[in-house]
Amino acid sequence: MDNSLRELYQEVILDHSRHPRHYGVLEAATHKAEGYNPLCGDRVTVYLVLDGQGRVADIRFEGKGCAISQASASLMTDLLAGKTAAEAEQLMEGFLHIVKGETPSALPEDARDHMDVMSGLSAFPMRVKCATLAWHTYKNAVEEGAQ
Amino acid sequence: MSAAAKIIPAFDAQAARRDFAILAKPVYGKPLAYLDSGASAQKPAIVLETMKAFAETEYANVHRGVHYLSGAATDRYEAARRTVQKFLGAAAEDEIVFTKGGTEAINLVAYSYLMPLIQLGDEIVLSVMEHHSNIVPWHFLRERQGAVLRWVDVQEDGSLDIAALDAAITPKTKLVAITHMSNVLGTLTPLAEIVKRAHAKGVPVLADGAQGAVHEIVDVQALDIDFYAITGHKLYGPTGIGALFAKRAHLKTMRPFNGGGEMIREVTRERITYADPPARFEAGTPPIIESVGLAVALDYLSGFDRAAVKAHEHDLLSYAREGVRQLNWVRVIGDAPGKGAILSFEAEGMHAHDLATILDREGVAVRAGHHCAQVLMERFGVTSTSRASFALYNTRADVDAMLSGLHKAREILV
Repeated sequence: MDNSLRELYQEVILDHSRHPRHYGVLEAATHKAEGYNPLCGDRVTVYLVLDGQGRVADIRFEGKGCAISQASASLMTDLLAGKTAAEAEQLMEGFLHIVKGETPSALPEDARDHMDVMSGLSAFPMRVKCATLAWHTYKNAVEEGAQ
Repeated sequence: MSAAAKIIPAFDAQAARRDFAILAKPVYGKPLAYLDSGASAQKPAIVLETMKAFAETEYANVHRGVHYLSGAATDRYEAARRTVQKFLGAAAEDEIVFTKGGTEAINLVAYSYLMPLIQLGDEIVLSVMEHHSNIVPWHFLRERQGAVLRWVDVQEDGSLDIAALDAAITPKTKLVAITHMSNVLGTLTPLAEIVKRAHAKGVPVLADGAQGAVHEIVDVQALDIDFYAITGHKLYGPTGIGALFAKRAHLKTMRPFNGGGEMIREVTRERITYADPPARFEAGTPPIIESVGLAVALDYLSGFDRAAVKAHEHDLLSYAREGVRQLNWVRVIGDAPGKGAILSFEAEGMHAHDLATILDREGVAVRAGHHCAQVLMERFGVTSTSRASFALYNTRADVDAMLSGLHKAREILV
């Protein structure tokens, strides 16, 4: 079996895709955005409750798509919950580097450990967009999704 | 089958494979099983070599210069038009318009033929299994001129509901636009019957032949069809070229689409007059080298016994269908009787993109996604499928590679 495949579809990823964390609608969302990849039909909706300082007080997502897109969304909600706007920004930047196989600068070690499960994607450039969909949707929710 | 079952002539796929160098090139160290010819077919050496030789010895712009090379290139370009004419069974060469592909051919009909005829509330009949290229141009007419799209459903097995189609044609219908062969389901539509029924009500018919022309012998005169669109790259030819067959009577009434060189007779400050069809619809420098490539590709395909090729592709289809049928975790979408050599399916617990990624690492190229047929995806309640499409150069070994890849994918993903 191809090792890069095992790395891409490792147990943590499959677990996130089968049992996504923070899954569902957030009625009280202050921000919301829908992400859609027209190439493959993957969909992700990100719901956020941002407090007065822009901290992610609560986060949920709903979606439909491939294992990578759904696992990435689930992983993202784990990482972003409770984070300030600046911390979230840093995490997103770090994630975008990791999935492209680049070394992120200034990423907290525990976050890097969490994201490492996605580093296998760098061997699959055609699939990077699946993993970044949720993050771009999050950013879109913050910037343009005020409810 | 009765005792009178047809004798199927033999087709030597192994010999044909030698014409396609790319098929011998491993992918990720595995033999390539290219099952995505429905998206684009590979090109035989004769096509690539002829294009190169033409560019090296006879190339210049067409219909322009008086010099030797311009004359030579024009001869080849017009000879290519006659090859397309023959391939489609058209009555005359001036019924063939070169386009940049099937999409442009359909858009040409939308802009040049139908747009001037459409009044608010006029209807266009199309099936739910159309490719976006045979949907979006008609949506333009809906958006911009208030045309109404009348959708004809398919049955559960993917076959066209001909009674529903008949019923959808009303006195307001201005065109029936329908695929010859679905790029997702493989369904072949009964074009002759459709044309008969539409013409009985005075309605012209356009067929999207992007897939159909590859697998079926097309005779536009026997079909009595009004418009038939093809694309070169699915026909083992180059990208960047396709063609529209249109009846001469339609071409005469159609207004130009693109304006520019070559499509005019005379241009003054006050007015213009147009060249006769087909030049009227071929503004600018056309895909000259590609036209030569397309002609060679059509000759290449026609050089085989087409019935034998079809039988070979059907053998692959039935072999693959039987293979996936034994997996009770795979659902085939599209099982119309006599369908063409395309197999779409969903595998339980696996998204099509994850499956395609795993198959890819096994050297198996399939298409995953909505196949530019979102209306059809919605009809079958799916967002994406995996699709294997078969060409003359495929073999049962390609199918075996896909089936074994399916097992591996299940091992990893489920």
